[in-house]
Amino acid sequence: MGRTLAEKVWDDHVVRRADGEPDLLFIDLHLLHEVTSPQAFDGLRQAGRPVRRLDLTIATEDHNTPTLDIDKPIADPVSRVQLETLRKNAAEFGVRLHSLGDVEQGVVHVVGPQLGLTQPGTTVVCGDSHTSTHGAFGALAFGIGTSQVEHVLATQTLPLARPKTMAITVDGELPDGVSAKDLILAIIAKIGTGGGQGYILEYRGPAIEKLSMEARMTICNMSIEAGARAGMIAPDETAFAYLKGRAHAPEGEDWDAAVEYWKTLKSDDDAEFDAEVVIDAASLSPFVTWGTNPGQGAPLSANVPDPASYEDASERHAAEKALEYMGLTAGQPLRDIKVDTVFVGSCTNGRIEDLRAAAEIVEGRKVADGVRMLVVPGSARVGLQAVSEGLDVVFKEAGAEWRHAGCSMCLGMNPDQLAPGERSASTSNRNFEGRQGKGGRTHLVSPQVAAASAVLGHLASPADLSDAPVPAGV
Amino acid sequence: MEAFTTHTGRAVPLRRSNVDTDQIIPAHWLKKVTRDGFEDGLFEAWRKDASFILNQPERKGATVLVAGPDFGTGSSREHAVWALQNYGFKAVVSSRFADIFRGNSLKNGLLTVVLEQKIVDALQELTENDPEAEITVDLQAREVRAEGITAAFELDENARWRLLNGLDDISITLQNEGDIAAYEAKRPSHKPKTLQV
Ligand code: SF4
Repeated sequence: MGRTLAEKVWDDHVVRRADGEPDLLFIDLHLLHEVTSPQAFDGLRQAGRPVRRLDLTIATEDHNTPTLDIDKPIADPVSRVQLETLRKNAAEFGVRLHSLGDVEQGVVHVVGPQLGLTQPGTTVVCGDSHTSTHGAFGALAFGIGTSQVEHVLATQTLPLARPKTMAITVDGELPDGVSAKDLILAIIAKIGTGGGQGYILEYRGPAIEKLSMEARMTICNMSIEAGARAGMIAPDETAFAYLKGRAHAPEGEDWDAAVEYWKTLKSDDDAEFDAEVVIDAASLSPFVTWGTNPGQGAPLSANVPDPASYEDASERHAAEKALEYMGLTAGQPLRDIKVDTVFVGSCTNGRIEDLRAAAEIVEGRKVADGVRMLVVPGSARVGLQAVSEGLDVVFKEAGAEWRHAGCSMCLGMNPDQLAPGERSASTSNRNFEGRQGKGGRTHLVSPQVAAASAVLGHLASPADLSDAPVPAGV
Repeated sequence: MEAFTTHTGRAVPLRRSNVDTDQIIPAHWLKKVTRDGFEDGLFEAWRKDASFILNQPERKGATVLVAGPDFGTGSSREHAVWALQNYGFKAVVSSRFADIFRGNSLKNGLLTVVLEQKIVDALQELTENDPEAEITVDLQAREVRAEGITAAFELDENARWRLLNGLDDISITLQNEGDIAAYEAKRPSHKPKTLQV
């Protein structure tokens, strides 16, 4: 019987297999950042262990980094200690680190692919759940906890039980104006925040094949929001072209050998998945969340759902709680929801194509009165690219704030936060209570919807901009 | 890691589903660089509300959390497990845990027990009505017991063996050094390297 993509990559990394034990898997690439690594380095130090493979390890600073005044000392003493701890650990153990101010600094999941380190058929781990992003290249990539970070640092392996596989086949073609973010939000709303649990998802089908690498990363990024550890997409010419010439992509004979291997990385026709979901891309439209978990979403054209419409008691209860927290009433049109903050950035939508998409919409327009729009590139390099294209000027002229790279308002560990009761349209991946700041209310959206919402001051899609002037409340 | 064989204690019934790790321990606590001192951050936002169950005097000293479905979703932060442990919890019962949270908990000796929702409901009801009611989580017998309730649970044999013996994963893996070295020796040269050699 044939094998799935995930099974092939898994099998290629088994160091040891024994009955009744989890497989011991080799890890090709270990990404580190300041939040989940200090206790792991401490563990190594206590046991007197070195980092086994410095040549497969790389660190960056992202969660705590300020996005303003980056040349000044970091104001928050606790954030500063955490960053300094990473710097000290990297120096002591010899780990390559890209610190604030370095051109390769940025959100860890933007940095790996941009350096060409994330490659098809590799295993990639990081102490961060959105490591699933790297699956866009046909890598088996998943988030791990700090104990596992220490385990990988010490042994370059992880003992793991093999998850099941689920195919998510997206037929047809995404309509104009519908982005990868809308697609993944719709998938999560369909299968639920627990739907992918225990599975590695493989996204496939004509609509996926047409996506750019950056759009594929947006999709795989949010696999964890459907409960899955990992999401993968079979590598193809689009992936090879993206990698060619990148700093750490193979060269010469190695490139040829790599491509030959990469071409074998797809699910066999007779491979069997443990579950399958089929989505018709043509039926989709811009999608936004109304609740406090990423599965609580609906098309922008819909209304806030009535909790009473849920048959399942725990879902009903969750919806009631969510509406209360979000300050929404059942039946209210989603388009009526006014926002006071718009965040464009994060490892979901902080890459150059995302910034271009948002810039195109705000160009020649103004951010609505009373709305604060924050644009935060996913990495310093993405920021430089945007500047070279003049996107920073477009944003600034529209009245948006152009910032330095980092996680920023995606989770508000740095000063970029929502105040209690503030409401954002955010291109990030989590709308949990308080995620963007205590008491803050988050609507997850695509970069296009974020930009249109900034201009109109309420949740909106770019299509709403043409029927100007839009009367309040439509 | 401390070994886990069996534990008996009073419970905190938490009737909420989809409790994500941002609720268990908010992000600003993640700036700490140690593994201890997270107890005050546990469910920090909810604890501001005096009526929140953890604030009830009769729940003081409880060690078993009986949670709603999909407990521990969201981020990979192991701090969520440390916070529960620092607070004093030894075991969490739910009908469904998020994968990463579950893995983290078992690595730290916090036993996460999966039981059918109707049994979780029964445990919640029992401990809501009687804060003094005790729950026993017996890893040796793979059984949860409370007044009028006995339920078997599953846990894979390997994880159970490690928990029962309090074994550290890294030492177990390093016993297979030969296998790791052999794998490394045959890795293709086109695989990425972070350092140019
Ligand atoms: S951008 Fe957000 S989701 Fe991504 S790594 Fe940073 S905090 Fe996590």
